[in-house]
Amino acid sequence: MHWQIDLIILTFIIFCAVAAITVRDLLSTAILFGAYSFMMCLLWAVMGAVDVAFTEASVGAGVSTVFFVAAVFRTSRRTKD
Amino acid sequence: MSDIITIVVAKYNYWLYIILMMIGLYAMIAKNNLVKKLVGMNIFQTAIILFYVSIGYKKDATIPIIENAHGGHGNTAHAIHAADYINPLPHVLMLTAIVVSVATLGVALALAVKIYQRYQTLEEDEIRMRLTENRLAENNK
Repeated sequence: MHWQIDLIILTFIIFCAVAAITVRDLLSTAILFGAYSFMMCLLWAVMGAVDVAFTEASVGAGVSTVFFVAAVFRTSRRTKD
Repeated sequence: MSDIITIVVAKYNYWLYIILMMIGLYAMIAKNNLVKKLVGMNIFQTAIILFYVSIGYKKDATIPIIENAHGGHGNTAHAIHAADYINPLPHVLMLTAIVVSVATLGVALALAVKIYQRYQTLEEDEIRMRLTENRLAENNK
């Protein structure tokens, strides 16, 4: 685990997490959450957990984002906070 | 003092895991929108997975795959040192946790869609307002 790569990815993770819960549009929330999951997947690949990285890339960044986008299209993009 | 700084810097993964966990908890408690609450729940779950994967990490170790384990080419007779490999047990536990988290997310989003179809909103305070209006209408009947 190179600590420079690790710190850059962790900064991106915190940024994506804060942005995903503060942005005022639910579709943007879904996309930022996908970016968050993909950064998490990169972090696990760096930390040597390759099987967890595979699963996170397919399930976390793929299926979860599709679920969120589908739910937002079936409901509304409006949010107050 | 320098000891404390060394400890904080050496365990930065754990501090960031605590920060992520608190972001998820804040989103679950303080946010008003149901989809935002679900995003917070997922951030909380991935923070816990980050903690477990950090436990299994070893310095100067490689990924837990043994080369030439099933014979094959080259000489295979060499001893295996567990210290050379990252501990794979937390990884295997967290594979199950990822699958469980996506199943939880699917059920929760299905419930959110049903709530929207019934109350035409995803905001928690508006749903509560509708519920009290319904209760008052029931009492006046």
